[in-house]
Amino acid sequence: MKSPPFAYHRAASAAEAAALLAEFGADARILAGGQSLIPLMNLRLASPGCLVDITTAADLDGCGSNGGGLDVGAAARQRSVELHADTLATAPALAEAIANAGQVPVRHQGTVVGSIAHADPSAEMPAAFKAQGGTVRVLDASGSREIASEDFFEGYFTTALAEGELVTGVTLDAWPTGSGHGFLEFSVTAESWPIALAAVLIHVAGGTIDRASVVLGGVAEVPLRRPEAEAILVGAAPGAAAFEAAAEAAAMGIEPLSDSFGSGAYRKKLARVMTRRALTAAAERVGGES
Amino acid sequence: MSTHEINVTVNGAAASASVEARRSLVDFLRHDLGLVGTHVGCEQGACGACTVLLDGRSVRSCIMFAVQADGGDIQTVESLAPGADLHPLQEAFRRHQGLQCGFCTPGMLLRSLELINANPELSPEEAREGISSNMCRCTGYQYIVDAVLDAAAEMRGDTAGGDTASGDTASDGEEG
Repeated sequence: MKSPPFAYHRAASAAEAAALLAEFGADARILAGGQSLIPLMNLRLASPGCLVDITTAADLDGCGSNGGGLDVGAAARQRSVELHADTLATAPALAEAIANAGQVPVRHQGTVVGSIAHADPSAEMPAAFKAQGGTVRVLDASGSREIASEDFFEGYFTTALAEGELVTGVTLDAWPTGSGHGFLEFSVTAESWPIALAAVLIHVAGGTIDRASVVLGGVAEVPLRRPEAEAILVGAAPGAAAFEAAAEAAAMGIEPLSDSFGSGAYRKKLARVMTRRALTAAAERVGGES
Repeated sequence: MSTHEINVTVNGAAASASVEARRSLVDFLRHDLGLVGTHVGCEQGACGACTVLLDGRSVRSCIMFAVQADGGDIQTVESLAPGADLHPLQEAFRRHQGLQCGFCTPGMLLRSLELINANPELSPEEAREGISSNMCRCTGYQYIVDAVLDAAAEMRGDTAGGDTASGDTASDGEEG
């Protein structure tokens, strides 16, 4: 099907986008790459009256290391972020998440920040962002604020953004030397949506894990942090015993929904297996190259 | 609803038009410019039939509005063979039976062209992974992979091309 009619506005800057959102109110949506929004419009599942295109706002483009982390602008395309040397050095989990998302032609057009702001709980980039940790930079007509990655996702396609606010960029906080990441998802075919995914980071000092982050996707209404699994990992030596126990804990207590791609019980098993394998991959990367 | 003047380059020629905001890029190409080589499949970005190159990069023209392409340089399947002779990629698809119904072919050709331009020495695995963005319900993909590899070889000058190309008669038995 074709999209319903709407009014299109092109913002030359973040401030102009915020002003347009203020002018048009709840009827306006931000258009970045459009790779989630436009299919929803073509399917008539979304019909915003007004789209504010931010991809030509020069101050929203770009991706790069800021010393303490990776800054990704709201107009930065997934494929350019995926291949950027600073992403590989500072946020390799994000690079791997992007590589698992969609197809190259979709990643040419789609944006990283757009995927995070879309907040699909099954999607790759929100989970990698939450696992690594960082901040969401937000602007509206009255000013700017920051939201911690931990507090950003509130439910299915629902974030802490208020009406009139747009995300201008995200920062992923760098993990120190001695860290490793793992990102794994399971899907029926390479092209289809992940049934369950795990994004993990660990830091090892003196043969012991002293920091761990475990986030699951596709099993709840948000990218889901698993504190019980993290508690098992911290203080343990990296290895099969700790990873199996942590994976077990990660899958304990979650109650994924069933759909045509898999039952809740199957998703739960996948969550355990994806977590164990992601932790194993993370351990192999500790201290070495990412 | 809003209407916008856009200026684009399509297959090397400048084009200007007034489009409704909701006009998809593929409908702009087909209905406003009469370039019906680009096909409309799923209209949700899944199948790849509508793939065109925008500023040299493959995009799904069904989940992009024409107004978003303002100022862009677009290449469609019509650009491949402006004269009587097929492009080496089209010739290889014909030679290897890399198409049957032909619905996916315009998108397949442009995605394949992008892959070969990016890496003229692409491996069978890279070709297979590369075209996984585009669905074909006829060929089972093997003959398309054969065609892409053969075209890449010919385009980089490795073979004389034509009937002696390596995969021509061996495809059935090798991996099929």
